[in-house]
This record gives sequence, structure tokens and C-alpha cells, in this order.
Amino acid sequence: MSGGRVTAPTTDHKPARAHRAAFILKKALLSAFVALVLFSLMIGIRTEAGPTGQLIYWTRFSELASLVGAVFIGSIIVELMRQWLGPAPTANLIPPPVQNGLALAGRLIAPALLIFTLLVPVIFYQQRYILDLAILVLTYVMLGWGLNVVVGLAGLLDLGYVAFYAVGAYSYALLATTFGLSFWICLPLAGILASLWGVMLGFPVLRLRGDYLAIVTLAFGEIIRLVIVNWQSLTGGPNGISGIPRPTLFGIPLTPADDGLAARLGIEFDPTHRIVFLFYVILALALITNWVTIRLRRLPIGRAWEALREDEVACRALGINTTTTKLTAFATGALFGGFAGAFFATRQGFISPESFTFQESALVLAIVVLGGMGSQLGVALAALALIGGFELFRGLEQYRMLVFGIAMVLLMIWRPRGLIGHRAPTVYLKRAEAISSDLVKEGHG
Amino acid sequence: MSDTDSILTVDRLSMRFGGIVAVNELSFDAGRRRITALIGPNGAGKTTVFNCITGFYKPTGGTMRLAHDNGREIALERLNDFRISKQAKVARTFQNIRLFPGMTALENLMVAQHNALMLASGFTFLGLFGAPSWRAAERRAIERATFWLKRVGLIDRADDAAGNLAYGDQRRLEIARAMCTEPALLCLDEPAAGLNARESAALSELLLSIRADHGTSILLIEHDMSVVMEISDHVVVMDYGVKIAEGAPQTVRDDPRVIAAYLGADEQEAIAVMESDA
Ligand SMILES: Nc1ncnc2c1ncn2[C@@H]1O[C@H](COP(=O)(O)OP(=O)(O)OP(=O)(O)O)[C@@H](O)[C@H]1O
Ligand SMILES: [Mg+2]
Repeated sequence: MSGGRVTAPTTDHKPARAHRAAFILKKALLSAFVALVLFSLMIGIRTEAGPTGQLIYWTRFSELASLVGAVFIGSIIVELMRQWLGPAPTANLIPPPVQNGLALAGRLIAPALLIFTLLVPVIFYQQRYILDLAILVLTYVMLGWGLNVVVGLAGLLDLGYVAFYAVGAYSYALLATTFGLSFWICLPLAGILASLWGVMLGFPVLRLRGDYLAIVTLAFGEIIRLVIVNWQSLTGGPNGISGIPRPTLFGIPLTPADDGLAARLGIEFDPTHRIVFLFYVILALALITNWVTIRLRRLPIGRAWEALREDEVACRALGINTTTTKLTAFATGALFGGFAGAFFATRQGFISPESFTFQESALVLAIVVLGGMGSQLGVALAALALIGGFELFRGLEQYRMLVFGIAMVLLMIWRPRGLIGHRAPTVYLKRAEAISSDLVKEGHG
Repeated sequence: MSDTDSILTVDRLSMRFGGIVAVNELSFDAGRRRITALIGPNGAGKTTVFNCITGFYKPTGGTMRLAHDNGREIALERLNDFRISKQAKVARTFQNIRLFPGMTALENLMVAQHNALMLASGFTFLGLFGAPSWRAAERRAIERATFWLKRVGLIDRADDAAGNLAYGDQRRLEIARAMCTEPALLCLDEPAAGLNARESAALSELLLSIRADHGTSILLIEHDMSVVMEISDHVVVMDYGVKIAEGAPQTVRDDPRVIAAYLGADEQEAIAVMESDA
């Protein structure tokens, strides 16, 4: 009876090597076979409409063969790398002093990153491109932190997160353009409206988990987008909404006008002022999101979210109302998404349904998964890596997605639980010893 | 057993799954501040009875009445799952341990106090801003968790992930977690399964002291006859969904129907029943 016991994987020595080679070979052959089946139609046979409209086709077996070969070799390399760099032995390989050093670096990285972020507008004041990129990264950091509540903490796989982003953006755009309300009044309204949508999404999917939940939320995201596209009279349809007011500093606009901030301060107007202002707005919003999430984790509601992720049946046996717990997770995540959406609208000055496609949901989800489900710092690093990486490889044109995909695959092989895979407990009895053991933790679910 | 000193009265409880009748018109009482054991061969329907009592299944027939110390009576078949723990104060453990494996032992016990803590945190709003009343409530919750961790001998593992604990430790942690909900009735599904003799003895002691010190009534499913014979006040024997015997442990042990049921099911268990001496 050792069913529940957690034991480290043992490695036998002599028969293991031959066994492993056979295993790798078998796996590679299987991958190659799958590739053959998949690509024989996609690559092996090329079809085109002929001049008179008839179907002409020709075969491309050499391309097919090289692709299948590449999959075979690639599979072997991946397997070998998985065994050499595999996640299991790293904890034992790294000597304790290095581990302690890593733990220390891990604790310093967050404050260092924060200080650097605060200084970005000072350092890069002359480089507008970097400032814009930084704002973009921070927007995704905020979205990632928002989705992290739903996916990372509550364990509810939400593929339609962009819907709340859209609701926030359109709420602000419509409230501001039709009623002339200011950004700072619209911001909470946009958040509240988005979280109402979160609850509305929550109700029908309460009984669903995993794949089923993912499909329904995916559909929900698309529905919101299609409603926006088709409800021309309200949303302007595919043309979107333009002329969305820019945010003001407590009512003082950041324009070259006489009552603008620059004129009042008696300094020369510079369009970068507004960029810097936007930068600090999104930074503040993101930090509020982070602060609230960290607090929530240590409150009963946050622990209930995590417990829900771990075992829903056990939650119910302990008297936790799983319905309201799930709904609050959806609502909280949507609230942050709505804030981010309102910010997006005011930054762009123009929004259209094109900005709220499934790609956005997928990207934000990738950030959360890559960051390590539930880790705030991991999500921030992943957003930086993904969005920054996208920009970095912009010169590579069509290879960008390929590089990006390969990087993702390699990273997930190397760190299957994300960049920051360990989970920091929300309450300690004895604080000191808990930290060093964090590094050693292995995955559950 | 007279009606007045029963905490739980199960009356003609039935549970059907399609064609299978897992529990058939089962009636029994669980005494207040008593340990009642529910035994029977594999597949007898014991876990199904638990799932009905704790609201995971809606019984297809019968009633289950829970009578609290203050005279309040609750019809369990009308409440759904989480309300049974919250309002009726019935806690349970699972045959396959269901801890929150990625959370620490201490966190597991904090989650168990969710409803009380939720109130204390002003449904999150007071807690978000660290109101003093919330902090005090959280401290008390940690104290209670610490008490139970000490009680089950896991205080040194408080900050370790529950999933990393040894099997026997996980079993005890699950009991501690159930006790943190301050139950009137504690339902334990095979708590001694997979424990060695020493751990089983410690478990018996723990259950006896839970009953003595906390006034908790216990309903116990157990295959380990040494535990059943040692600690239970009353034993209900089930086979194929019906009650085949009940009474004091010694009486039940000598009952030919019980021996026959166990012989039919599993010789080893039958021998265990006959050989165990309380
Ligand atoms: N959800 C379900 N759906 C269909 N049949 C079920 C379900 N739950 C239990 N059963 C059936 O009910 C019968 C009783 O099962 P139960 O788990 O209650 O037995 P048990 O007495 O707890 O056995 P064990 O000692 O092995 O735990 C079995 O035949 C089982 O197959
Ligand atoms: Mg059972």
C-alpha cells in the first residue's frame, strides 16, 4: 500500500541505457509516422486550380521525406535533451550554496525589476519606440496578472479572456464618446461592467472543467467579438470607435493647449509627456492588480480558489460554496481585464474588433502558462519575454512565429511548470526553513 | 438504541444507479458522542451511504435526520453538498485521500475554516485592507490549525506540501482538516487503510480522544477489524446494500450471517473478523 506516497523517480543503471535508447527510438518513429500521415496530404500532394478550373495536382515526395526526417531527428534530439536537462534531477545536481544563491537572486529580482521599470521613462526618454513597447509589455503584464487569478489560482482554463478586455475597452470608449465622462470615472465603470460579464460567463460554465470549460469560454470570447462586429449602431461594427478621449491628469489635459499641463507648469510641450504619463498609468494599474492579487491569495477567498484548483470535491466537503467561489474568480479576473481594456482604449484613441481576436486570448494564456501558473513574478517575466521577444525578432519577418514556437517548446521541455514553477505558501508556521525547500518542489497537476 | 440519544437517524435509505441498487432500504442510528462503525465486504455500499449522508448523492429514497445537541433537527436529504458541512456540521474524509496536495498542511487546515474566516474577513473587503478584526480572526484560525497539527503529530510538517507527506500522515491530516470544520458528526471512510499496525493503534487513540474531548460523534467505515473492535460502540454490518446485522462489536463478530458474508467475499477478511479480539 503505497498508493499515495510520493517517491522520487529511481533510476536503475545497467538495463536502463538500452531500454532508454529503445524508448527514444520508438517515440521518434511514432512522431515520424504521425508526421507522415499529417503531411502526406498537406505537403506531399500539391493541388491547384488549373486554367480551365479543373483540379491539377502534383506530388512532392522529396519535401515530404525531408520533413518526416526532420521530425524523426528532432524528436530524438528533444527526447535526449529532456533526459539531460530534464526537470527532475536539477534539484539534486545543483549544490546547496548555488541553490541558496539562486533563492537570494530570486528574492531580489522582483524589487530590481520594479525599480528598473519605474526608471524606464527616465532612461529611455528620447526613445519613443522603447516607451511604447514598455507600455505594451505592461498592458500584457496586467492582462496576464488578471488572467492568472482565473487560470493560475482557481485553475479554470479560460480561453476567452479577451472578451473582458473588449468589454472594458468598449465600455470606456462608449461612455466617453457619448456621455463625455472622464477616464477616471469610466475606469471603475469599465471594470465593473467587465466583471458583470465575467459573472454572466461564469453561470453557464459552473459545472464544466478542463477542456469543456476551455471550449465554452473560447466560444464566449468569439460571441462578444461577433456582437461588437454586428451591432453597428452601438459599436460602429468593423469600423470601430475613433476619437476616444485621452486621459487627463486630474482634469488637466496633456496637450499643447493653453490649459494643458505643459503650459501650466511653464515648460515646453513635448508629445512624450503623454507617453510617459500613460506609462505610469498602466504601471500603477498593473501594480494595483498585483497588490490586490497578492492580498487576495492570503485571504480565505484566495485560498478557496487555490483549493478549488487542487480538488473541487474536497472543497465541497469542507462547506465551501464552489459556485460563488468560481464566480468571484471569474469576476475578479474580468475586473482587471476590464481595467486593462479601458486603458487600451484611451491609449489607442481608436478601437475596433480586430484588436480583440482569439489570438490575444491565446497570447495572454501563453504568458500565464509560460510564467508558471500562479506566480506573479513569472507572469511578468513571461510577458516581457514574449512581447519583447516578438519585437526583437520583428526583423525575421515570417520566421518570427517559427522562432517563437521553437522557443516556447524548448522552454516548456526545460521547465514544464513555467519559468517560476514553485508555489509560495500563503501562510507559514515557521518562515525560515520553508524558502530553501521551495526550489526542490516537484509538480502536482 | 433509543431515538433521543441518536445524532443521526437513517431511515429506509435507498440509492439506485440505473439498474444497480447500491443501498436498499437501509435504516440505522448513529449514537450521540458514540463511535458507530459501518462495515461490510467490498462493494457492500458503505461509501455510497456516506455520499448520501454528506450530500454528494441525492438518495433515491428514504430520510436522514441529524439532531444537533440544541435540539435542532436537519433533514440531510434536502441539503446539497456544501451546506451539509456548513449548516448541518457533518464533516467527512475520503476513501481515496482528497487533500489539496499542492498546498501546505497548514493551508489545508486554513481552507477547512473557510466559512468562519470568510465572515471574519468581511467577505474579503475588510481583509483586503488588513482590518484588525480580520487579523485577530486569522491568528485564531492559525492557532486552531496548529492545535490540530500537534494533535495528529504533524506540527513539524506544517509548511510542507500536503502531497509530499507520507501516506499515513496524509490520512491523519485529512482527519485534522475535517475536525477544523468543528463538526458535530465526523464521517471517516476507511481511515486505517494502508496504515501499519503502529499507525493503526495511534489512529484508534486519536479517534477515541476526538470523541472524548470534543464531543464529536463518529461514523466510521473500516475494514481493519482490530480498529473496529477496539473503538466502536456500535457496529452496523452491510452486504449488497442491506443491513445484515447490528449491535455491539462482540455480538456482531460472532454473528453467523456476518461471518458468512465475509467468507463469501474474502477469506482473509473473514479470518480477520473471527480472530480479532477486542
Ligand atoms: N457513482 C456510481 N455509479 C454507479 N454505481 C456506483 C456508483 N457508486 C457506487 N456504485 C456501485 O455501488 C456499489 C457499492 O459501492 P460502494 O463504493 O458504496 O461500496 P463500498 O462498500 O464502499 O466498497 P469498498 O469497501 O470497496 O469501498 C458498487 O457495486 C458500485 O459499483
Ligand atoms: Mg468504499
